[in-house]
Amino acid sequence: MGVVYILWLRELKKYLRSRVQIVASLGAPLMYLGVLGFGLGPVFRRAGEGSYLQFMAPGVIGMTVLFTAMFSGIAMLWDRQFGFLKETLVAPVPRVQIMMGRTLGGATVAVLQGALIFVATLVAGFRPVSVLAVPLAFLIIALIAVVFAALATAIGSSLKEMQGFQMVMNFFVMPLWFLSGALYPLQGLPAALAVLTRIDPLTYGVDGVRGTMLGTSHFGVALDVGVLLAVGALFVAAGAWRFSKIEV
Amino acid sequence: MIIRVQNLVRTFGTVTAVSNVTFEVRRGETFAFLGPNGAGKTTTIKMLTTVLRPTSGTLELDGLNPVTESTEVRKRFGVVFQDPSLDSELTAWENVDIHGVLYHVPRRVRRERAEALLKLFELWDRRNDLVKTFSGGMRRRLEIARGLLHTPKVLFLDEPTQGLDPQSRNQMWTIVKNLNSTEGVTVFLTTHYMDEADRVADRIAIIDHGRIVATGSSAELKQQTRADSLEGAFLKLTGTTIRDEAFSAADQMRQFARFVRR
Repeated sequence: MGVVYILWLRELKKYLRSRVQIVASLGAPLMYLGVLGFGLGPVFRRAGEGSYLQFMAPGVIGMTVLFTAMFSGIAMLWDRQFGFLKETLVAPVPRVQIMMGRTLGGATVAVLQGALIFVATLVAGFRPVSVLAVPLAFLIIALIAVVFAALATAIGSSLKEMQGFQMVMNFFVMPLWFLSGALYPLQGLPAALAVLTRIDPLTYGVDGVRGTMLGTSHFGVALDVGVLLAVGALFVAAGAWRFSKIEV
Repeated sequence: MIIRVQNLVRTFGTVTAVSNVTFEVRRGETFAFLGPNGAGKTTTIKMLTTVLRPTSGTLELDGLNPVTESTEVRKRFGVVFQDPSLDSELTAWENVDIHGVLYHVPRRVRRERAEALLKLFELWDRRNDLVKTFSGGMRRRLEIARGLLHTPKVLFLDEPTQGLDPQSRNQMWTIVKNLNSTEGVTVFLTTHYMDEADRVADRIAIIDHGRIVATGSSAELKQQTRADSLEGAFLKLTGTTIRDEAFSAADQMRQFARFVRR
């Protein structure tokens, strides 16, 4: 237990010390929120869908959590290249404990980053249905964080070089985000797109956050949570397996 | 014997990095692998330290098999790899403390020993500074201090002085040799510096192209080859001298240039 805790704490300390990185990684979500949120607002309203800012705020929170959690995979490649990973791999502890410490650390950082963006959406004018909805929504946000931090661990364990992660970002993370229904409603999509959105785990995450914070969801919060739990368990197992196979 | 290696082979595809290597290391001695880059030194250390599986052959560390009893073996050694393995975004103290937790050193022992080691390696005053602000010599000392925290029986040092200035090298060896005699920790080092092997090692194994060419004390190796220096012995045994002296000189120039620019 001490091992999981100390490695979790390490991720957290590094996060809190990198002020520049915290601010830098808020840039993209804030831009989406500001430019798209207000830019597409009038069109969305004319289409009879209400406030676009209300609609997309949960999506931008989901995006932040996705990107931050996936970033923990890059951090692992970094550790691999600059050495700290080796220090943990020769320690006399089961690899799964090391993997859990890192993954939970990455997930926690993603939740904190999501909380910062949530505050930003409140400033921009986003209003959840009730105060009680917020802690519930954050349970779902935590699930999203674990799902993608575990996925990042699985990918990070399988890649050997930094360059590989660039490809993952472009061909994997960006599609996960664009297909999640964060920016557009899931009703009435063309069949192909509808199928793709339903394969994307983030879709259920964003839908769950919307369901709790706005009281309207496409699949129902219960299904959202069920999918996230199942995918989370799968990814954690995959991450633990890939991590156990690392050779230095 | 704390380490026994028999007929060890490791291949990477068609390349044979370690080719039928057999040697033993005595408890409490300082043992050096001397050879050029690419001789198979690091590959052998990686197999002894459980991070790489041998293709064939047997390994034994303190009577245990690193392949099948890796967790038990890991408790018994400390290692400083060739590439740095510190977290430069954490402080010196945090790096050492995490190590203590990973090795299940009880909190009180951890604190006491961390303090003693950091003082010994002259890092105590800088313990709360981030490692990224440390010089190369300080980082190396910190890695060695960390590797000793859990009181290992064997300390592996893979090219520990590469890139360090002579003063840092001297200081490092003085402390390590001192610990070698006071704590009885076996030191297994690799180097391609002749003078270093000559000065710090009780016994030397000369390794080239994945094979051990000769083993013995510096005096024995000289006697065996009738050479008057270890360098001469190395030349006679391998038919070549260590080639990358020029490379390391260039490296030193580069480091010097970086130092001046700052």
